[in-house]
Amino acid sequence: MSTTTTDVHAHGGHDEHGEHNPYHQHHFATMEQQFDTSKIGMWLFLATEILLFGGLFVGFGLMQHKYPREFIEAHEHLKQMVFGSPFPLYGAINTVVLLVSSWTMVMGVNAAQTNQQKKTVRFLVMTILLACVFLAIKYVEYEHKFHDGLLPAKYYAHQSEDLIKGTHGYATFFAFYFMMTGLHGIHVLVGIGLLGWLVMRARRGAFSSAYYTPVDLVGLYWHIVDMIWIYLFPLYYLIS
Amino acid sequence: MSTETHTEAHHGGPKVYTANLFALLFLTIITVAAASFNFGSANVVIALAIASVKAILVGLFFMHLLWDKPVNAIILVAAFLFLGIFLMFDFIDVGSRVVFAPRNTAPMDNATPVPDSMNPLKAAPPRPLDPAPATEEHKAAEEHK
Amino acid sequence: MEPAVTSGARIGDRPRPKKNYLNDGKTFKSWALTVDHKRIGIMYLVGTMIAFLLGGIFALLVRLTLLTPQHTMFGMQITAETYNRFFTLHGAIMVFLFIIPSIPGSLTNFVLPLMLGAKDVAFPRLNLASFYLWIVGAVMAVASMIIGAVDTGWTFYTPYSSSGTSSTVTLMTAAVFVLGFSSIFTGLNFVATVHKLRAPGMGWFDMPLFVWGMYSTAVIQVLATPVLGITLVLLMMERVFQIGIFDSRIGGDPVLFQHFFWFYSHPAVYIMILPGLAIISEIIPTFSRKTIFGYRAIAYSSVSLALLSFIVWGHHMFVAGQSQLATVIFSALTFLVAIPSGVKVFNWLTTMYKGNISLEAPMLYAISFLMLFAIGGLTGIFLGTLSTDIHLTDTYFVVAHFHYVMMGSTVTAFIGGLHYWWPKMTGRMYSEKWARIASVLWFIGFNATFLPQFILGSRGMPRRYYNYLDQFQPLHAFSTVGSWIIGLSLFMTAAVLLASLRKPMDAADNPWNGTTLEWKAASPPITHNFEDTPVLENEPYDYRPKAVTH
Repeated sequence: MSTTTTDVHAHGGHDEHGEHNPYHQHHFATMEQQFDTSKIGMWLFLATEILLFGGLFVGFGLMQHKYPREFIEAHEHLKQMVFGSPFPLYGAINTVVLLVSSWTMVMGVNAAQTNQQKKTVRFLVMTILLACVFLAIKYVEYEHKFHDGLLPAKYYAHQSEDLIKGTHGYATFFAFYFMMTGLHGIHVLVGIGLLGWLVMRARRGAFSSAYYTPVDLVGLYWHIVDMIWIYLFPLYYLIS
Repeated sequence: MSTETHTEAHHGGPKVYTANLFALLFLTIITVAAASFNFGSANVVIALAIASVKAILVGLFFMHLLWDKPVNAIILVAAFLFLGIFLMFDFIDVGSRVVFAPRNTAPMDNATPVPDSMNPLKAAPPRPLDPAPATEEHKAAEEHK
Repeated sequence: MEPAVTSGARIGDRPRPKKNYLNDGKTFKSWALTVDHKRIGIMYLVGTMIAFLLGGIFALLVRLTLLTPQHTMFGMQITAETYNRFFTLHGAIMVFLFIIPSIPGSLTNFVLPLMLGAKDVAFPRLNLASFYLWIVGAVMAVASMIIGAVDTGWTFYTPYSSSGTSSTVTLMTAAVFVLGFSSIFTGLNFVATVHKLRAPGMGWFDMPLFVWGMYSTAVIQVLATPVLGITLVLLMMERVFQIGIFDSRIGGDPVLFQHFFWFYSHPAVYIMILPGLAIISEIIPTFSRKTIFGYRAIAYSSVSLALLSFIVWGHHMFVAGQSQLATVIFSALTFLVAIPSGVKVFNWLTTMYKGNISLEAPMLYAISFLMLFAIGGLTGIFLGTLSTDIHLTDTYFVVAHFHYVMMGSTVTAFIGGLHYWWPKMTGRMYSEKWARIASVLWFIGFNATFLPQFILGSRGMPRRYYNYLDQFQPLHAFSTVGSWIIGLSLFMTAAVLLASLRKPMDAADNPWNGTTLEWKAASPPITHNFEDTPVLENEPYDYRPKAVTH
């Protein structure tokens, strides 16, 4: 397994044209090595996000097992009346919004990879707008909940005939609802910040086929945010 | 330029991404429709199965795992795998708990006499627990009475 | 495999470089904003040693209280609340501020890139961020101690921690949350480094076993620590908002907290032991002048320990209210964990057999490790067996078991590794005579403190109690005196190492004739580690006689 290769020069970051890439960090031998390593780093971080949120999913699942009736009834409060019957309108719209934003994101990465600077900016801006729509709908949802007294934990104050006296299932359900959608919403907000930073850099021409790592990595982050919602949506809005 | 960029531009591309988006939207419609039927305890399983297909599509195509080096996909799978282990063992515990009630509380005939203070049937009742923190639920229930 | 050819002893061949990582930039800013993994390693070393001292002081306070059966210390009454704080702070500081961060942050940070022939870790700025997160977490933890020290035990079991105690649980859990992210980022860095920054020609099975051990540790850090994060968040939510997940009075399940907590904390103890095992895999072949026996077996055992560590956490909960089915499954799985541990111990012993053994301080610590780890590991089996655990759980038997693995093994290996790499890190050799004396004192003091605790536990002495029946006093007193001997030995070790810094730099590049790549760098190394990217010339631990060419 041992070879006596000549030592790899520290200047391996030169691209085909012999110019030194300004983004090349010198503990890496080549830009390719740097890009691959950055990607691994990002994936490892995303793995931690999955386990962080996953813990909440596990807690939710176990509490649902403990209070099946209360949880299923509480689910109904997440639906809106559409054409006379309950339908998870806000949840469904948000799902579509995030899926489309994932598409605009990956189109933005593709544009950066293929040296299309204006398109990159456009797609990133579209992603930000869709993210804002998502948050706006969430705000409307939360407002309705507060109005109905469907608050988390010790603040739970909902008056209703379907309240099952003496149990805590409802308060716990809404505690989890606000924690999980809240944490997800914070991640969306952070994503908007990161995307805004990318837009600023893209407009100054920072990204090209020689260097698009930040766009790629923020894209991965954004897709995980979408993926978490893909699981959140059915568990909260569709179970009945 | 790194060779990575040339291969990346050949993989994926707008057509693939757009097709993927339509697949995801289609699956969303399916999952919402499926929710209006009641399959009993299979409800959750079906919902999660469809969600997983969507997640896999996002991972393979939008996140490029289909064309990346395998290490990235291994990291993602590992995260889900260990999460699954956590979930599985917790449900094994919670799902198999049995509540035991004492079956024989009659005193034995020739047992050593137990002092009254140590006899649960004769001792003074234990000091009551501090009352649970009053939740809004309870306060509301109280006001209703 | 053709015999490796080197140019023979290089000790006198190369003049010591004038600029090394220590004197290359001497301002405060050059240290505070450094991205050099070696400087970050030194800063971690200083920080974690201070934490070790603080945790050790609380340990001495615990043992002083237990010198007499009536919880008095120097004539003063120690209240139950005070005693609870003593052992909680001892545990929390040692676990979160010392053991988990110390080896990865200090020794691994320093040595890993050198062993791989790399210039630095994959993400140097993230490395610095990890260190500052540790500082922030440490400050928060100390603040929580001063404001209203936690008294829940380091395990924070609910409902006492969520609704029973008024101590600063929220601040301490926030501190641990921050420390968790420090650990995650360190692990993330090491995984990426091992995957991508190996020297040309170094495949996975050419890496030193230290790297395998640290890679396995890093995988656990990345996968397990986030669950601790969410556990702490849920605990804080329960405490502040009463969400009803862990407190049965408001509809929760206290055993659920234990599941959440131990899903991280059991893998965490492997975060603690794997680096120690990794260090021993380096020391033993070097001081036996013999190729390690069963390289692949040891490498695979590190990875399997990491993976198996995730499926046994319920063995901390046998009597907590877990279902019988789950209990039986966890017990069976726990036995599996003994296998890779045993593989390592037997391979090390076989390495030493017919080796050319020299007993410098690192080797003395390694040999101590073998004995103490065997005891610690075997007593774990007693605890994993259901029928015996019913009697031994929550007694001093458990306390003795985990001190044998965490302290008798990990800390022993850490001190041994510190001596082993001291010449590389500082360019000086310590006084071998006094280091050996300190290592013998360590072995005596450690056993004097903790061996009696096995007996105490099996005779019924419960843990976390501040008083006890008179019949236990002789063993408790013996244990307390042992703790003083430990203190003396650690003081001596610190003096030995610090005294060496007053000497001029006189250490050779490779004082132990090691075969791994860090010994090709200067002692101490230059900032960029190697002038030219090193070329891998031999198999790892290749001590076969070499053809010497001039």
